[in-house]
Amino acid sequence: MSTLPTSANGPDVPPIFHVDRRLKRRKIVNRLMEGVSTLAALLAVAVLVLLVGSVVVRGASAFNGAFFTQVASGDFLNPAGGGIAHAIVGSAVIVLLATLIAVPVGVLVAIYTSEFARPQVAGIVRLCLDVLNGIPSIVIGIFIFGLLVVGRGQAAWIASVALSVIMLPLIARSTQEVLTLVPLTLREAALGVGVAKWRMVIGIVIPASLGGIMTGVSLAIARVAGETAPILFTSSIAVNQISTDVSHALQTIPVLIFTYSESPEPADHAKAWGGAILLIGFVLFTSVLSRMLMSRMKRRLEGGARGELLGRVTGLLGLFRRPSA
Amino acid sequence: MDDTPSTPRSDLKPIQISERTRPGSSTRDIVFDVQKLSLHYGSTLAISEITVPIYKNHVTAFIGPSGCGKSTFIRCLNRMNDLVPIARVTGQVLYHGQDLYGPTVDPVQVRRHIGMVFQKPNPFPKSIYDNIAWGLKILGKKDNLDDRVEQALRKAALWDEVKDRLKSSGLALSGGQQQRLCIARAIAIEPDVILMDEPASALDPISTTRIEDLIHELKQDYTIAIVTHNMQQAARVADMTAFFSLDVSEGRRAGVLVEYDETTTIFTRPADKRTEDYVTGRFG
Repeated sequence: MSTLPTSANGPDVPPIFHVDRRLKRRKIVNRLMEGVSTLAALLAVAVLVLLVGSVVVRGASAFNGAFFTQVASGDFLNPAGGGIAHAIVGSAVIVLLATLIAVPVGVLVAIYTSEFARPQVAGIVRLCLDVLNGIPSIVIGIFIFGLLVVGRGQAAWIASVALSVIMLPLIARSTQEVLTLVPLTLREAALGVGVAKWRMVIGIVIPASLGGIMTGVSLAIARVAGETAPILFTSSIAVNQISTDVSHALQTIPVLIFTYSESPEPADHAKAWGGAILLIGFVLFTSVLSRMLMSRMKRRLEGGARGELLGRVTGLLGLFRRPSA
Repeated sequence: MDDTPSTPRSDLKPIQISERTRPGSSTRDIVFDVQKLSLHYGSTLAISEITVPIYKNHVTAFIGPSGCGKSTFIRCLNRMNDLVPIARVTGQVLYHGQDLYGPTVDPVQVRRHIGMVFQKPNPFPKSIYDNIAWGLKILGKKDNLDDRVEQALRKAALWDEVKDRLKSSGLALSGGQQQRLCIARAIAIEPDVILMDEPASALDPISTTRIEDLIHELKQDYTIAIVTHNMQQAARVADMTAFFSLDVSEGRRAGVLVEYDETTTIFTRPADKRTEDYVTGRFG
């Protein structure tokens, strides 16, 4: 009894909240859990900081005006000269075309499954999209290679087709999730004024979820901008010229990083690291952009279940894990 | 009577409808002649054999305890239950003599004649102006769009409050204003009937009063059916009142119509014991 603190009512009344051994153990376990999980969180942040830091340190020397505006010099006497403008333009053209192909198809697939399909059919389509999303990009690359490159030769548009196959399930699934966030009451309101279902979809559901759809699209763009495997098959043997002609192979940033990293010339290594900085910067930009778009959509749907929305968004980001290729 | 002569009235549940309080009411037109309307969700019976006439330019209130199928019933009147894939309707809803569930009837057309105001204010995430103009444009009523928007907002007693900010979002309004915007949206497409599913249940007392005043004015031009779980509200706004209850006999739990009469009769001299228990507060 001597270890127990005495109660205000005198020593005879046992205190209600006394500390025993079980409570002490519970406290220790609690501290331990908190510590370990905090450490894990710090580790995740540290990995990102280290990665970005090392890329920036090694690539910063390549960053100058010429890096963004000139093509590879091909001048053996001045290997540090020239830039990767041709790869930047090539990447932009290929990704833009891929987006133009994937967005309409992906959004229409999502509209079909969440607005028109019977639940069983929608479930099957959803499963197919998930499987497609899980297929390694190298497999998509060789599939498109066999389908379009063989007998025809490489071309930037074929790379766009390959990338759009990767984007399609990402856009379709994220759009599906976002469409389900549009409250039923809003759909009823639209149908209540006597419009047909497709009008409701185009006039109310899509505008209300536009921010969310754009979020999915921008994350899908970020995902394929760094894809390398399919482009190696479809658009890797390119001349060092700025071009937007999609009927020929165009140089891209990921393939440039890949080839320059194996170059005997150290200045090329720096350019490869510089390209990596560009890719990281682009991913960072699209992540911030997608968050802004999503919060804009949330504001527009203000009054609709907000907590639920946040949870769904977090789940949505999980779709964009990178399968190892 | 505008009722279809082809409809046999003899098999109806004998509902006594008092004709005393409204002079000339014996000639009142029937807008909806609901005949033995039942609705199943899957295999579960939700409402059972509802037979009720709804009169032109009257406010008809549907009252009863929670879960007795009032909302389900009123949503049958503009085929809103079509959105629920497992809902199945039997019986007839004759609208000016035409069965709304007839094989050639398009639910989209039905809803152009029979507008709806929902429990929770649900303006579109668009500007106040576009909340009303959107439907009008799609329905081809594009002439004098500004006038139509203004008239709808005036009829919904909202014009003076929003005339200077028609371009701002409908969601920026207060709850009561949002609901009046939804009423304006329903009015704008020039329906014949307005269905209201507990239109004031999410509103504060002052907003509720405004909506009720509005209902009084609107019945000059429209036929109104309103679901409410607030008996005082029914007593204040309705000409006719239908009392729904949950029938738990024979192992089922289905909404049934217990009594339908002039509102004053329902609240002062109800014919059925269940109605009396409910309106006197002994149950529900």
